[in-house]
Amino acid sequence: MNGAVLHLPPAQREHALAAYRSAVAAKRVRLAMGLAILAVAIGLAGIAGEIDARKLFDNIHRLPNYLVSITPQLSWANLGGDLAEWFWNLKDWLKLLGDTLLIAYLGTLLGFFGAFALCFAASANLEKRRWVRIVSRRFLEFCRSVPEIVFALLFVVAFGLGPMPGVLALAIHTLGALGKQFAEVVENIDMKPVEGATATGASRVSAIRYAVLPQVMSNFASYTLLRFEINVRGAAVMGFVGAGGIGQDLMEAIRKFYYSDVSAILVLIIATVMIIDLVTEQLRHALLGREQRA
Amino acid sequence: MNRSLRDAVLADRNALRARHSGLFAADITHRLLVTGLIALLGGFALFAFWRLEFSFSRLGSGAAQIAHIVGLMFPPTPGTKLPIFLSALAETLAIALIGTLAAAIVAFPVGFLAAKNVVPNIFAHFAVRRFLDMIRGVDVLIWALIFINVVGLGPFAGILAIAVSDFGTFGKLFSEAIETADKRPVEGIVSTGGSHLHTIRFALVPEVFPVVASQVLYYFESNTRSATIIGIVGAGGIGMHLTEQIRMLEWDKVSFIILLILVAVGAIDWVSARLRHAVIGRSSVVV
Repeated sequence: MNGAVLHLPPAQREHALAAYRSAVAAKRVRLAMGLAILAVAIGLAGIAGEIDARKLFDNIHRLPNYLVSITPQLSWANLGGDLAEWFWNLKDWLKLLGDTLLIAYLGTLLGFFGAFALCFAASANLEKRRWVRIVSRRFLEFCRSVPEIVFALLFVVAFGLGPMPGVLALAIHTLGALGKQFAEVVENIDMKPVEGATATGASRVSAIRYAVLPQVMSNFASYTLLRFEINVRGAAVMGFVGAGGIGQDLMEAIRKFYYSDVSAILVLIIATVMIIDLVTEQLRHALLGREQRA
Repeated sequence: MNRSLRDAVLADRNALRARHSGLFAADITHRLLVTGLIALLGGFALFAFWRLEFSFSRLGSGAAQIAHIVGLMFPPTPGTKLPIFLSALAETLAIALIGTLAAAIVAFPVGFLAAKNVVPNIFAHFAVRRFLDMIRGVDVLIWALIFINVVGLGPFAGILAIAVSDFGTFGKLFSEAIETADKRPVEGIVSTGGSHLHTIRFALVPEVFPVVASQVLYYFESNTRSATIIGIVGAGGIGMHLTEQIRMLEWDKVSFIILLILVAVGAIDWVSARLRHAVIGRSSVVV
């Protein structure tokens, strides 16, 4: 069997091997250079980030300890009672979770309206004036580059504590993020219906209503649902800066070492986020399916 | 020309309607559905406005307050604190870099465990996936608060927070990259008598490495944003100074820090986008 394997003539084989070796060597040199640059960057970052290996080893055992202390004591014999004790404040927490969802909902909705109003001015195929496009794009970029929690910090000073600054902060960030995605959708439409509508004498608004909207609405809805999902996570931490929702209670529980409360609230948040993810995923698949059928 | 056509059509509208009744009939069920949906969303929004105690008077006075604050923000100046801010910015970048890398290094082997084509055991695969989902369900700010309890205030808590929360994301992304990898190189290695580990080292790793590298770079980019905000809860970096200046109502310094963050994030985006294109470009030549 082995005898059937062809052997190259020695000269040719040497040549092929040499080519292979030099190719591998070149690749290794490039890899080594990349690794060296990375190592220097890590070294610098280690100094800037005050990384102390000894501190890490001294403290690393505290992480599992912490996880153990936040784990509730549940026994099979008294499961109902233990669960009731773990979630002793369930009624208030559910109310706060509801508020968190409402904050995410309103933030997404208001942001959607803003993005909808601006996306046509930011897309190259519908807005011929360059300066309008540039101004609206820069505005959208600013709205999405500043993290929402920074807006929330500012708004808490201006509007006072409570869910309102949280909603507005999420709305502004959503406006920036959705506006960009909407504009990209609008730029990818088929322009023929728009030309058709314009040819029959349609105004800009009716051209958008009858030629653009039918093409983009399902994508808009899908992006908005995705953003709602993201905003639920964002709304959960708005309370850290005093902008409403369940975050305030969670922060207190963590800071004051109410261990079982920490895990109870985290379980509630994770469950909510997972349910929302599942529901919006189903809705988005339904929407995109409808679009493909159409 | 256009006008006259339009006028002619409008004049003939009733006759047109009679001739093409199918086209003019409104789709009642569709109309009802849309109206119902809008009513539902609107009603829900009204309930939310009421429940979250929105008031126009607060909105008005807050807006006036914002205008006043924005006025105070110009011109942005660092005051005497420029060196402190710059070193905090360096700390932020360090948190992002080390946090992302640590997450990637730990998540790389886990990604293989969570990939169906490497570990065919459905229970192991399911358990790892749900575990990763759970980690991703917790926001990075929450992790930061928790790690402050564990290792104390400072950048180290921030690094751990970013590393843990990205570990969940990377595990999922890497396993997906591995699952969608081309099967043929694996079959080639198997046909030459390679073991399971050989197929991973010589077929899967070279294939997924460019994808993984570009994802890591992308997350480094997004983590510079996260690293700026984890300071808000006390986990190091420029966010700590931002919160402090907002609390002290030093608005010109606040706007300077925000500008500093925007410039830094923009610069990192630019560099990492170029690096990413370089990585992906090279892989497409090899494949």
